[in-house]
Amino acid sequence: MRESFFPEFDWYTVFVQPWSEYGVNSFWIVLMGFLVSGTCGLVGCFVVLRRMALVGDAISHSLLPGITLAFLLTNSRDTLPMMLGAIVAGVATVALIEAIRYSSRIKPDAAIGIVFSSLFAVGVILITAFADKVDLDAECVLYGELGFIPLQDVAMFGGMEIGPEPAIRMAIIALIAIVLLIAFFKELLVTSFDAGLAASLGINPTRYQYGLTLFLSIVIVSSFESVGVVLVIAMIIFPGATAMLLTDRLPTTLWLATLISALYALLGFHLATWLNASIAGGMTVIAGLIFGIVWAVAPNRGLIAKFAKRAPESERIALDAA
Amino acid sequence: MNRIQKTRASAEDRNDTVVPLPSGGGATSRAFVSILVTLALPTFACAAKIGELTETSWKEQAFDFLTLQHPVLRTAVLGVLLIGFCCGVLGSFLVVRKLSLLGDTLSHAVLPGVAMGFLWNASKDAWAIFVGATAAGILGVALVGWIKQTTHLKEDAAMGMILAGFYGLGICMTTVIQNMAMGNKSGLDKFFFGQAAALSSGDIKLLGIISIITVIVILIFYKEFLAISFDSGFAQTLGMPVQVLHYALMALLTFAVVVSLQAVGVVLVSALLITPAAAAYLLTDRMHWMLALAALFGMLSGVLGAFISYLSNNLPTGPFIVLGATTIFLLALFFGPRHGLLPKILRRRKQRRRIALENTLKSVFHLCESADFKQKVFEIGELVTERNSSLSEIESEIRNLIKAGMATHLDKERDLELSSQARFKLTKIGWHRACEIVRNHRLWELYLTNAVHYQTDHVHDDAEDIEHHLGEDLVKRIEERLENPIHDPHGKLIPSRDAINA
Repeated sequence: MRESFFPEFDWYTVFVQPWSEYGVNSFWIVLMGFLVSGTCGLVGCFVVLRRMALVGDAISHSLLPGITLAFLLTNSRDTLPMMLGAIVAGVATVALIEAIRYSSRIKPDAAIGIVFSSLFAVGVILITAFADKVDLDAECVLYGELGFIPLQDVAMFGGMEIGPEPAIRMAIIALIAIVLLIAFFKELLVTSFDAGLAASLGINPTRYQYGLTLFLSIVIVSSFESVGVVLVIAMIIFPGATAMLLTDRLPTTLWLATLISALYALLGFHLATWLNASIAGGMTVIAGLIFGIVWAVAPNRGLIAKFAKRAPESERIALDAA
Repeated sequence: MNRIQKTRASAEDRNDTVVPLPSGGGATSRAFVSILVTLALPTFACAAKIGELTETSWKEQAFDFLTLQHPVLRTAVLGVLLIGFCCGVLGSFLVVRKLSLLGDTLSHAVLPGVAMGFLWNASKDAWAIFVGATAAGILGVALVGWIKQTTHLKEDAAMGMILAGFYGLGICMTTVIQNMAMGNKSGLDKFFFGQAAALSSGDIKLLGIISIITVIVILIFYKEFLAISFDSGFAQTLGMPVQVLHYALMALLTFAVVVSLQAVGVVLVSALLITPAAAAYLLTDRMHWMLALAALFGMLSGVLGAFISYLSNNLPTGPFIVLGATTIFLLALFFGPRHGLLPKILRRRKQRRRIALENTLKSVFHLCESADFKQKVFEIGELVTERNSSLSEIESEIRNLIKAGMATHLDKERDLELSSQARFKLTKIGWHRACEIVRNHRLWELYLTNAVHYQTDHVHDDAEDIEHHLGEDLVKRIEERLENPIHDPHGKLIPSRDAINA
């Protein structure tokens, strides 16, 4: 317990001790943070490009009824039924949003809001109505469980301990994301930038839209266990949005987003260590800070660059006018 | 304190670091479900019940509710009415400006402000928190606007970043506060998760003040808000202070969100801002009607939610308010007179029927024409050959014609059932309409060939569609343009106006 909001900054306890004394634990926490933010970031580049950022927000909220229903139906806590429930909920969210959009004059933003809040409400009612069957625990979901990663069950492979199970699961999903990205890079690129061109090339844009949504649901459901539900959105939007201020090329954007998300994990961990705060919260604060810095100093799109460009231009215009 | 804090606190006691030690592992077994389930907490905390848990029948409870006997109940109902009113009115502006999710962004973005207000004087002073939250909300909205203006990032990405970024900062601060000495019994969570039943009379007063301010501001600046909502460029050319008005609206919105947040929770606020307004948007095209309807729907869903949760004792208020709003929205979506799905389907079906009827009439005209207009009575079989269609289809078409009073059945006494030998004749109205349709068709063909220079063999399909939709005025204008023609491009006679009327 302490009195001041900012504890004294001590280089040793913040940056050295976590590695020298709790090396393995810190390693798993940072690695898990990176796996989550990296995977979210890669998928997120396309989400930002396609202006689906708030669809991601909607999906993360409407997973609740899907997961609760899966739990009530199977009465088990296995990952697979949960995952299936979440995927169904994610796809249903997008389908409902599209249905409202196409059948009425309601704009997509309002459709998103209506769908996710209603589904969320259904989820809450389900949980309350079956409160005795679904056990309610802590508020971890708001903060995420990143700090507990080293304490999770250890996954075994061929009799060898390889690491905490959630980290391994996330690594597998990250791997799938990378493989899918490489396999469908061209299609994703074309459908993201020019759906008309994609259709004329024989690539079905709707199919990729739904594919991306599906994968987004999977990524969200496997990530928010560790970073909490709202912060998943931060991990999805920030890396891509930050990278896009720095470059115009999609491959570069993807590389940069990965690099940036590694920074989130590392710096966020140390920030949280210093303040003794939630690690996911720390990662998000770092994400916001990095975005702020890039926004200010980015070479072409940054505020300073723009301002500097505008000054001589207005001078020139003034001269021309004279 | 939740499990994280507990473990962290125990870790802190020993080592003064955050890294949890494996010794605490017992408390942290895999808890996928419980984590997922706690997702519900924001609205769950607001799920506190209104009134006491009593062993009475639902009828008595309904009576209790309707007569508003308990003071707690009265406060709660008044609270949800005011919240529904405020959110409905302000949400309407968001919905028409396609900014619906700005409400969601706001409700998340106020979190660090709440924490800041708490830190400021280390207590749950409602005013400090109110000021902090409002400041954070307005800052968040301003940042969204600024990001959109100065970068090529789109609005949704900007809103998502502010929403999640501010929320993350808020969570970071909250966890720190909870570890601080003074934050121990802060109960800060309640402030951002909300408690519907815990509406105090002070909250009601605040809500009342904000409702009144909202109404006054909107009444005074109605025209200006209308202009910036639908055409901000136009508003700017009129010399209206667009930015000032925008931020005034955002300030009102932030007030409403902050006050409602304490009572109903993050997700619920955005639902109350969007759903009633969207339902109203489906029912009317006039902004003042939309505002009134949205306010009404907001209040209605508030009371509906409170009522259901009161009846069922152990079920939460918040989600039922959301579902009440969603139900109203769905009703508007399906049954709204102008934009509703069902009326749309009915209108389309009616139109399809009319077109089918008119096509039958046209075929009869063609039969008549090929007999040099000497024959007036036809057998159904003849029409079957002309249309190249099945007997049963033509039968039902003729039946429809008879029902519409456009044809008469000549063999009534012989057999009531229509058959291929049954004879029929168009009535005067029927013949009139048949001539009109053929006339529309041929005039349009001629118009396309003469005025638009289509090839004569390309005009038929187009005319086939448009003949059913040409109004009298348009036909008259086409006629004038073509100088009252007699023959169509295929050399057939165009039924003249006089001939039709004769």
